[in-house]
Amino acid sequence: MIDRDQVLHVARLARLELGEEELERMAGELSGILEHVERIASLNLEGVEPTTHVVALENVLRADEPEPSLARELALEQAPDPDEGAFRVPSPAG
Amino acid sequence: MSPTGAGGAELRELSAAEAIGEIEAGELAADELFDAYAEAAGAESLNSYLWRAEAGTRAAGGEPLRGIPVAVKDLFCTEGIETTAGSRILAGYRPPYTATAVRRLAESGARLLGKTNMDEFAMGSSNENSAYGPVLNPWDETRVPGGSSGGSAAAVSARLAPWAIGTDTGGSIRQPAALCGIVGLKPTYGAVSRWGMVAFASSLDQCGPLTRTVDDAALMLGVMQGRDPRDSTSVGIEAGVRRPTRGDLKGVRVGVARDFSHHAEGVEPGVAELFERTLDLVGELGGELVDVELPHAEHGISAYYVIAPAEASANLARYDGVRYGLREDGEGELGTMYERTRSCGFGAEVKRRIMLGTYALSSGYYDAYYGRAQRVRTRIAEDFATAFERCDVIATPTSPSVAFELGAKSKDPLAMYLSDYFTVPMSLAGIPAISIPAGLAEPAGGGPQLPVGLQIAAPTFCETALLDAAHALEQAIAFDAHPGRRDS
Repeated sequence: MIDRDQVLHVARLARLELGEEELERMAGELSGILEHVERIASLNLEGVEPTTHVVALENVLRADEPEPSLARELALEQAPDPDEGAFRVPSPAG
Repeated sequence: MSPTGAGGAELRELSAAEAIGEIEAGELAADELFDAYAEAAGAESLNSYLWRAEAGTRAAGGEPLRGIPVAVKDLFCTEGIETTAGSRILAGYRPPYTATAVRRLAESGARLLGKTNMDEFAMGSSNENSAYGPVLNPWDETRVPGGSSGGSAAAVSARLAPWAIGTDTGGSIRQPAALCGIVGLKPTYGAVSRWGMVAFASSLDQCGPLTRTVDDAALMLGVMQGRDPRDSTSVGIEAGVRRPTRGDLKGVRVGVARDFSHHAEGVEPGVAELFERTLDLVGELGGELVDVELPHAEHGISAYYVIAPAEASANLARYDGVRYGLREDGEGELGTMYERTRSCGFGAEVKRRIMLGTYALSSGYYDAYYGRAQRVRTRIAEDFATAFERCDVIATPTSPSVAFELGAKSKDPLAMYLSDYFTVPMSLAGIPAISIPAGLAEPAGGGPQLPVGLQIAAPTFCETALLDAAHALEQAIAFDAHPGRRDS
């Protein structure tokens, strides 16, 4: 149902690097799960609204009042590579 | 002073409410109770904790919980204390803030006893997906405790915590509670704030209690619930949560859906028999059994395993090695760093769900999978609403089987997913549901008896009615076996 090439494509979208063995296994496992999921394809769902939220809430608003936010040093404390008050990352271009 | 057995064993038999009563009466010191638990947790062999407070740790314990220790699933952020969500990608992560649910417990006088082991990012039904090793079931250490809140369930069952909090996305509180012989409550979606709870599937995730009694679950939910300005989906339970006292079911209509009960395919004979016996108690307690229909509930697993992975694939995009957590070397290239960090940091099940969710949301498949699943979700919620016109609560088994053996389902993801058959529909509908111990039954393959859970569900925000019905049944079932004492 889902082949090795599709798995590779989805892995790229999800930013995952899968080994050869993982790719093969994933193709089989995902196909098995999707086959079960396909059972809902036979249901008549015409005119049924999709549920995006189970509790009927609309426009949860609050006053726009400034509050203290996380201190910069705290926000950076767990960063793998903090640098001059910022998060440093490798170059996007390589 | 109260009697203290070896390692405070007798103290650890008290429910949270009983211990609070003794503390209030001056018969028990909160510090003594805390140390008894901290010592027991420190000597455990179940791998139920990932972090434990030291015995001798002293903290203020205010009203109304009077310094009662609480174990917290490692999915909740705790300021300055390692929070891993069971994942390698968050190893060593110390959050700069504490989750609202945990803060409310602390402000009500509870003291943090430890952080409990769990399936990575709450994805699993056996606790075998933890990056820190599986939790063992205290009733039989060759079996799983259920998941994903398996550490919390095992700790409460084994008297390594008086009570604990967990999270439930598709059954992650109720199923491990059932498999460990304790009480587990998933409140209505929106009852408890999700702020500071590591996100898995945001439209489904809900925090709730794992306790030894229904009364303890009510007590804990009462202090945790409420609107939180930091979680705009939280609304709280407007009427509050009343402690249950009912000993009968007079005037209560208990709905049972034939196709979504012990007659469903794959339910172990021992579970089915015990469920049927429990239903007999409804009449004896003055309640009425009513036939209801939940025609779409059987499609819950299909809808859930599209919706939850889809939301997870988006939520877990944040683990990229930039702001916190693991970073792997990308040889100077950002994209490579992302891929290596995520591939190395996530376990097999998490990768599988990210892949499933990404696929379901990808161009060309969205309507066929996600859109359709969201419509099935509507159908399931409508089924419950229709059923609740004819009954006050609905009863089902919590899990189709008793605790299964370690490794029994870990090679077959779909078989594992089907463990959540009875719990997923309530999550999709957002309604509250509780699992209470129904008794002990022999596993399908033979062997010593193991706990079976009874699930009871109620309409949205009807927690008080749900807890009352559960309390009446709990009193009638009178389950008093625990891992150290099977002869109930």
